[in-house]
Parts: sequence; structure tokens; C-alpha cells
Amino acid sequence: MTTFEAILLTIVTASTPLLIAALGELVTERSGVLNLGVEGMMAMGAACSFAAAVTFDSTLLGVGAGILAGALMSALFALVVLGFAANQVGSGLALTILGLGLSGLIGAPFVGARRDPVAPISIPGLSDLPIVGRLFFGQDLFVYVSIALTVAVAYYLTKTRSGLTLRSIGENHASAHALGLPVWRMRFLAILFGGACSGLAGAYLSLVYTRFWSPNMTAGRGWIALALVVFAAWRPGWALIGAYIFGAATVLQLHAQAAQFGVPSQLLSAVPYLATILALLLLSLRHGRAVGAPGSLGAPFVPDR
Amino acid sequence: MQADVSPSGPPLVELKGISKRYGDLLANDGINLAIQPGEIHALLGENGAGKSTLVKILYGVIEPTAGEILWEGRPVFLSSPVEARALGLGMVFQHFSLFDELTVAENIAVALSDDWSLATVRSKLGDISQAYGLALEPDRAVWTLSAGERQRIEIIRCLLQNPRLLILDEPTSVLTPQEAEHLFVTLDKLSADGCAILYISHKLEEVRRLCRSATILRGGRFVASIDPRERSARDIAALMVGNEVGEVRTGTPHVPKGEMLTVRHLSMPSGGLHGQALDDINLIAKAGEIVGIAGIAGNGQSELFAALSGERLADKAEAVVIAGKSCGGVDIDSRRRLGAAFVPEERLGHAAAPTHRLSENTLISHAAAEVSRSGFILLNAAKRLARAIIKTFDVRAPDGDPQARKLSGGNLQKFVIGREIIRHPKLLVVDQPTWGVDAGAARLIRQALVDLAGEGSAVVVISQDLDELFEVADRMAVIHQGRLSALKPINEWTKEAVGLEMLGVAQSQGAAHAV
Repeated sequence: MTTFEAILLTIVTASTPLLIAALGELVTERSGVLNLGVEGMMAMGAACSFAAAVTFDSTLLGVGAGILAGALMSALFALVVLGFAANQVGSGLALTILGLGLSGLIGAPFVGARRDPVAPISIPGLSDLPIVGRLFFGQDLFVYVSIALTVAVAYYLTKTRSGLTLRSIGENHASAHALGLPVWRMRFLAILFGGACSGLAGAYLSLVYTRFWSPNMTAGRGWIALALVVFAAWRPGWALIGAYIFGAATVLQLHAQAAQFGVPSQLLSAVPYLATILALLLLSLRHGRAVGAPGSLGAPFVPDR
Repeated sequence: MQADVSPSGPPLVELKGISKRYGDLLANDGINLAIQPGEIHALLGENGAGKSTLVKILYGVIEPTAGEILWEGRPVFLSSPVEARALGLGMVFQHFSLFDELTVAENIAVALSDDWSLATVRSKLGDISQAYGLALEPDRAVWTLSAGERQRIEIIRCLLQNPRLLILDEPTSVLTPQEAEHLFVTLDKLSADGCAILYISHKLEEVRRLCRSATILRGGRFVASIDPRERSARDIAALMVGNEVGEVRTGTPHVPKGEMLTVRHLSMPSGGLHGQALDDINLIAKAGEIVGIAGIAGNGQSELFAALSGERLADKAEAVVIAGKSCGGVDIDSRRRLGAAFVPEERLGHAAAPTHRLSENTLISHAAAEVSRSGFILLNAAKRLARAIIKTFDVRAPDGDPQARKLSGGNLQKFVIGREIIRHPKLLVVDQPTWGVDAGAARLIRQALVDLAGEGSAVVVISQDLDELFEVADRMAVIHQGRLSALKPINEWTKEAVGLEMLGVAQSQGAAHAV
């Protein structure tokens, strides 16, 4: 395997958790709810999935535990922001802090444990092709799931009735309520989906990416996923592209540091974020209005009865 | 033409004793209403008469405090619009319930039941558009459409569900006259097809053009049920506005002196979709008098207030002259320094910051005066000032210095008006001073305005409450569609005359009778 091929493979591995978490948050935000707790839900997903995988010696159970942990965390968030119409920014930040702390507690007995790598799939013939073989036909299952999820979310949002309802609720919850659309129910499900995706992304980190658990191992990836949703202008296809740009930047700047190009590494680390700002600027210049942001994003819903 | 309606037949829908209470405010008080199949029934009344509340109850958006709804003689309980639609009700909202970022077809599909696919909507959209002359492109995003086109979406949304009763809430308020005429033709066709229509409006000409029966509400109560074509516009206006003679003011008559506010040829484009442009406004308020501006909401009152206060600047500085200084182009604080004071309509969020304490709220209009120095807040002075306002204007506050949002509407209104009056402004402009305020607070506020003018200040009161204007104003004008009528002494106005000006029929009396 050439170095080039190896770099490409690491980019895919670095991008996948970002993509999964961003897709979940994208659906949540399309319903009009801003959940800033992605980082905390990812940390919980990573800790719980690793703990379950080691205890039962099963990657599948680990993944299930990670998804469940993320969903439970988001259910707590849903209770606060939907049930009590609390401030979403404050509740989301609290969820992140809670998740980081709780994951440390759950993961403490498992520090130092290791898991075997998850076997990549192998298609005889195709997987052995030079360069593209491993890249396209020899990844682990998560990668294909994340791509399928992108397509599914895009299809759901644009082609299904339920997706249309979800978008309408996110666009204007007062009108949606006046039309009799189920604002609370759709938002609750969207928040749960976001939590489950964050949990899955966390599980990928601890079971595939590092294969061990350490406190704070999410290292800000939840925040990058949040930025990605804005970068993608709330569109799944752009989230895929954005996730791979961010993933590539993360990996390449490591290699750039190793190669000692003479560019400060801090500057390289900042490139994806500068790109986000630039992209947002260009997008808003072109449309002259807030691009793609759901109209009711972040606003608590209290119906008038 | 309308289908023949037999008055003895069973009504399609009947409301019995509907009441709705919001805290101290009784928005609907035992209202009865019956509509026959195929009938176009008007619901008439001024703003705040309770029309919108009543139809929201009928459509299941809000729950009544008391009363029942009979659908074809059977009592029904509507807990959501979905149930109302299932019965056969459709509603076109005054402020559209549309989703700006979605396309026309998506906006229609989202309001329909799940068995409608986007493709079906698209093809049906074509049929309905043709049948009723409602042209629309299915794939345009709503934010690119005009108000008339947006309304067509709302109407088609309803029509696709084959409604038995279509409710339209002030449908022409955002339409051009041509778009409105287009709408009437559509409604006539619908009625001929047997669909009943509840038409909510305060525009008399339209109601006389469309409807054979009308229910009139005033102050949340049922007033009369009439045939609008058999009654004169003057009669109907009197029923809507009320006949009670306003209380005669006690105390010394006001003696007006020099001009404190002069508005000359003030024109301004409308601020947005629901805005109203101002058209050549001329107005003089003298020291020592109260000038009243009557009119139905949305005819340019907010825009006029914004132009007087400096929230929106005029093109020419001399369009607004305060205390002899041209200040059409300067901001609100500069106008305050000339001795002017302003109280906007919305007390929470505009006149006062909801989560700030009353003392902090004094800064909003007193920042240039005694509560700050060199950019620093004099907190004790602010607290003293707040206490003085609370004491002088009988503000009932939960504790010494509560957040503004903790006060009831009436008490907060006393505070924001008191905050300006306590400065003894040379000019006070106040928009809807007693809107949604209980009777006791309203009396106190009106007395304070009268006293202020008695002390030699000029006061401009913009109000929808005619009784209030007849009680306090020395001279009055009526605003209609951004134009101001002649400013006449209050004893030269009759309620009928004001009502006709408010409805815009004063100039076109002959035309109205010809319909």
C-alpha cells in the first residue's frame, strides 16, 4: 500500500464520524431545534459503546449501546427544550458538559483496554484493484452506512411527506401548528434521530478510529459536526462534501506538520474553519438572505391556546 | 351568483354562546352565529371586536372558555384544525400560514392529508387554477411571490379539500383592488357551487358587494345580524363603531398656543408586506391641545408614529418640525432633546425591555437626561425615578423594582406613559395609549394625557378607540390607507362621519350606494 493510498484511507476514517454526527444534527435543526449537545452525546456514545463492546466482547452490541446512549441523552434534551420550552442554547451547552463528565465516569474502568480492529469488508476482485480497490470496496461497514445515511436523509427530506412536514415545522412552527401539524412529535423524533447519530459517531470513534477509550477523546469533533451543518447550508449532500473537506484537512495538516513545510501547524488547523466562514460569506452574498437556515431554528415553541 | 338560501333550513354551522377569556380580557362574550349552506356571511367589526378570536375558535386553533359549536345540528368539539378540516372547514388566514422557503406545491401538500402525493397536488393545482382563475406556478419558492399570489396558495389549499365552509380572515387587507375583485369573482363561483363562506372584514363596500347576511360584533359582543344590502353604509358604520356618547371632559378647556409639531407633506414608502405607505400627511399640534388620530389598525398608524418619533427618517428634514426645529432627518434621541416624548403601541419589547427592571427601563427614554452621566448609569437616580413614576401613576408592581414583564398590561402601560409624562415633555406622541388595558388604568391614562395638555404640552394620540378620542381630543383627523383626513375640532365630528372616514367611504358615498 502506498503512502498516498494510506492517506486517503485515513481521510475516510476521519471524515465518517463527522458525517454521521452532522447528518443527525442536520435533521434536528431542520425541525427547528438547535442541539449544541452533539459533543456530549458523541462522548457518551463513545464511552458506552466501548464499555459494552469490551464487556460482552461484541462490536454489534457496542454499536447498539452507543446509539442508545446518544438517543437517551437527546431524550433528556428533548424533555427540557420541548416539555419545558427551555432555552435551546443553554440546554445544549449543559448537555455537552453533562455528556463529557458522565462519559468519563462510565469509561473510567475501561481506560487501557483495547479492541481488535473491525474487519473491513472484502469483495474478491474489486477490493484488490490498485488505489481505488481499498478506497471504494474495502472500507469498514460504517463508511457505507454513513454514505447510505446521507442518501436516505436527502431522500427523506425532499421526497417524503413526513420530510416535508418536518421542514415546514422547522421553517415556521406557528404556521405549522395553525395547520394542525404535529410540532412536538416531529421535533421529538428529530431530536432522537440526532442523538442516535451522535451516539453512532461516538461508537465509531472508540470502536474503529482509536480502538481504545480515553476521557475527552471526542476532541471537539461534535463542534465540527455542528459547524458542518451550517457549512452545508442544511443540505445533506453538502454535509458529505464538507465532512470530507474537514476530515481531509485534519489528516493532511498532520502530514504537513510531519513533512515540516514551514507553515505553522496552527494555521493549517485553522484552514477548515476559515473555509467555513468564507463559504458562509459567499453563500449569503449570492442569496442576500440567511441561506437555508430553518426559520424557527432555536426558537422555543409555546402554542397559543 | 349566490345559491338561494332558505332561512328556515338547518344551518350548516351554528355557534352558541361562545366566550373566550384571556386573563382580565373577555375577547368573546356569549356570541351566537349561524351560517346556511352556500351562504356568504360577513363577520363585521372594528379591530379588537373579537372577530379573529371567534373564527380561530371555529377552526379549532384555540379553545373557547364557554359555549358550543353545532355542525349540521350535531354538537362538535374541535380540539385542532385537523378535526375542523375533517369536518369540511377551510381557513384562509389574515397573516398567511405559509412557509417561505418551500415551493408552492410543497406549501399546499403540507396542509393536506397524507394520501396526497406531490404529483397529485401538482395536477389538481392545475385543474383548480383553471376552474377558479387562480394562476400559480407550482415550483416557485413562496418568498418570491406577491401577497395576492400567496393568498391564492391559501385558498387553493382549502379548495383541494372540498370544503363545506370556507373562512376568510380580512382577505383583502394585503391585496390590490384588482386582486381583490379577482378574489370576489372566485368567491361568487364557490358560493354558487354550494360552499358556505364566512367573510371577516371591516371594509363595508366589500361586504355589501359580496354578502346577503352579516353579523356585527363590537367589544367582543354580538351587536346585530343584518342584511348589509338593505342597510346604509352609515347605519352599518354606526353599529360597528357604537352610538354611546363619550364622557364629557371636566376641567378647564384647553387653550392652544404656538405650533409644537408641524408635519408637512410627509410621504413614506411602506416598510414591508403588511405595511402601509404614508401619502402626503399634513398635521399640526399646538401647545396645550390634544390631537387625536382615528383609524382602523393597519392604515398607516404605526408608520406615522415611526415617522414622528424618528424610528424611520423622512426624506426631507422639514417634513417633521418639532418646537420650531426641522428634524425629519434626525434620530429619536435628538428629538427627545428638543422636548418631545414618544410612547409606541407595543409596550413589551418596544416601549419596555421585558427582562429589565423598571429602573433600568427608565434609561430607554431618559438616557439623555438625569439617569446617566458621561456614559455611566446613575443607578440610584434611575431607581428614584422609577419609584416616582410608580407612585405618581399608581403602578401596581409585584415588588419594589420588578422586571417589566412581571407587570400586567395595564400597569406596564401606566409605567411607560408615566415615564414620558414625568419629564413634562413639550410634545407627547402616543400610539394606542389604552389598547388592551382595563377600564381603571385607561381612565387614569386618559386623565394624565388631558392634564399634560392642560399644563401647556402638545399631545398627539393615535387610537382605534373612538370613545377615547371623543373623550380626550380637542381636534381630530382620521387616517385611512396612509392618507389623513382634514383635522377638525372634535365638536364638528360625529361618530357616523368618523366611521365613514375610517372605512374610506366618505369620499365615495355615491358609489357605495350604487352597489
